[in-house]
Amino acid sequence: MKSASFDYIRPDTLDAVCACLASHPDARIIAGGQSLVPMLAMRLARPSLVIDIAHIDGLSAIRDDDSAVVIGAMVRQAKALSDPLVAKHLPLLAKALTHVGHPPTRARGTVGGSLVHADPSAEIPLVAVTLGASLRMRDAGEDVEFHAEEFFIGPMLTMTPPTACLFEICFAKPTCAYVGTGFHEVAARRSDYALAAAAAHIEADDAGVVQDLRLAIGGISDFPQRLPIDIHIDLSAGMADLGTSLTTAIDAALDDVDIVEDMHASASYRRRVAAELARRAVDDALREIAQDLS
Amino acid sequence: MNITIDINGKDVTAAIEPRVTLLDFVRDVAGLKGTHAGCEHGVCGACTVLLDGEAVRSCLILAAQAEGSQITTIEAVDGTTRQPGELSIIQDAFCESHGLQCGYCTPGMVLAAKTLLQHNPTPSREQVRDAISGNICRCTGYVQIIDAIMLAAERLQGRNQPADGA
Repeated sequence: MKSASFDYIRPDTLDAVCACLASHPDARIIAGGQSLVPMLAMRLARPSLVIDIAHIDGLSAIRDDDSAVVIGAMVRQAKALSDPLVAKHLPLLAKALTHVGHPPTRARGTVGGSLVHADPSAEIPLVAVTLGASLRMRDAGEDVEFHAEEFFIGPMLTMTPPTACLFEICFAKPTCAYVGTGFHEVAARRSDYALAAAAAHIEADDAGVVQDLRLAIGGISDFPQRLPIDIHIDLSAGMADLGTSLTTAIDAALDDVDIVEDMHASASYRRRVAAELARRAVDDALREIAQDLS
Repeated sequence: MNITIDINGKDVTAAIEPRVTLLDFVRDVAGLKGTHAGCEHGVCGACTVLLDGEAVRSCLILAAQAEGSQITTIEAVDGTTRQPGELSIIQDAFCESHGLQCGYCTPGMVLAAKTLLQHNPTPSREQVRDAISGNICRCTGYVQIIDAIMLAAERLQGRNQPADGA
């Protein structure tokens, strides 16, 4: 499989990338290339110009920005996975990254590239939606920001303006005393596309009362979505027995999700698996907090 | 466009089309056929090479993107000091454990193993499975490949110990 011909350019500023996108409306940006190059090879993408952003200064760093961890658009998944700031403040991202591709694709693939590629079954967009990340882009000389929950609008469809280039992703740090996370997915093979995935990030205060419960599912619909769960959980006396309240809440939330089906899995299978994975993700997160409290 | 890539310690320069992948550059420009072309869209792992010491899929990298990086192929898996035909410890372990049959996936498996053992000299079988999870083998059923990598790990550990145990 060989790609069709294209031109290749390596700008050294973000504004130059925007100018290339303006002059070549069908141009594609390449970061790690782990999603774009297969699409080129299969000729699902036939851009006239490929714009390599690897040579723009400042896109490869992960920085501590007081209340947030900011990940540059060229940060490789392998680097994020081994980064101490990510491990300390974004445990959900660290957990999810082990499910992203394989070690050789993580060595090249970027956190930002996975977000703008927006595969509905990809893990990083699911984490971004769960954590409410912001995507910062450069467009026509200005910086624009998108919230992850509004950014994904369909399978491989995002709000990215035609001439914009992502330069960093901002993840807010947890604000409560205790944090627990859970991430589960089911795929045909290890690290293959998830048929269903669930991510949970839960924060509890000093007393062990849950203040923030964020749950989202991926792989079962056109883009990752939050499942609103409104249950009072008190972990001060150890792991709480939620009875059926959690499964009932997950079920009710899944009623509002438009679940897809394809040759790999029916909609009913995806729904059942997603409900169970969501329950396990929340369970893992609560257990982590309960353990830290004891 | 003119591209120069350091492959196994030698600069290789050629005028190529931007669409040429690192895989095609290694095989067709540098003439190193040990790197195998399998699926050519990032699924099988046969084209694995080391880029700055890390296993990557050469079919998923444009040659232009690899400029300025150091590429190591299976031909130089253990440096360039060995004679042609002389095997590295990992390759030897694959032979002894019957970790290959047709051999098509083997260069990729060996390089994936090399990266793993660099980061983790004493992996568990589960960690070995994870490290080669992106490399497809249609012959062995993987068990002997995992055996081979475990054997290589053991041998690389014992490398600097005197033979008599003194």
